[in-house]
Amino acid sequence: MTLYLLTFILFAVGLYGVWTKRHLIRIILGLVIMETAMNLFLILVGYREDGVAPIITENSSNTAVMVDPIPQALVLTAIVIGLATTALLLAFSVRIYAKYQTLDLNKIRNLRG
Amino acid sequence: MNPLVIILILMILGAILALESKDLLSGIIAMGIMGFGLTLAFLFLRAPDLALVQIIIETMTLILFIATVKITSNQETSERSISHRLLPRIAGAVFILFLTLSFYRVAEELPKFGEAVIRMAAPILAYGAAATGSANLVTAVILDFRALDTLGEATVLFTAALGILIVLRHEGEKR
Repeated sequence: MTLYLLTFILFAVGLYGVWTKRHLIRIILGLVIMETAMNLFLILVGYREDGVAPIITENSSNTAVMVDPIPQALVLTAIVIGLATTALLLAFSVRIYAKYQTLDLNKIRNLRG
Repeated sequence: MNPLVIILILMILGAILALESKDLLSGIIAMGIMGFGLTLAFLFLRAPDLALVQIIIETMTLILFIATVKITSNQETSERSISHRLLPRIAGAVFILFLTLSFYRVAEELPKFGEAVIRMAAPILAYGAAATGSANLVTAVILDFRALDTLGEATVLFTAALGILIVLRHEGEKR
């Protein structure tokens, strides 16, 4: 429960960043933080006490307790997709900077039109 | 004390520092604390594949962020960070309250930490290695049982790469 709560706090920190910051890079940082919290949460849910990694070795018996492999596989996908979306967002912010000479959302809004 | 708790507290501190630091570059380095903390947490949670991927992805993310800051500017000019209007603040407070309440409801329903009930993965754990020939069951899930998910991932990755190319190219610009 403590770990779930701490993960939720990490998510809330990211949400706070996205909510209050007006600089595009900081907002993207907030998104990365939220994503990290979600990945960690899914892996925490699939963990079993005294479990071993879901890899079958020579001396592991079939009845050995393993952690849940499905969340691990899906989080692996999510991590890679997270990098792709972050890179796309950063590319957008580079373009916005080239057009407006700033990444501050307040100023960009003033420059509109 | 569970080492995971210490790692998580460090990650939260890194996240706060990433958002509140003076200039952007130190904020990005502080985000690295969080990312590599996540790698350690994956190792403690018996997920070595994820730890390997996370190290690579975190390094690449840091490089991309630093390159962006280098192209743009390191200064954060605006002092005014939160909106002046009252309505967004009230909406934000209500939203956070709602989120916290729903977290408590969900956390009651969830299995306790370390007591996960494995239902969907039970046949994979039992017959996965024999059915796919892969000793690593995570690989078995990615490349065999849920190969369509991986195809979707590759599609998203390809689309994002295309998008970056289109956004950042120089040909066809209006001069």
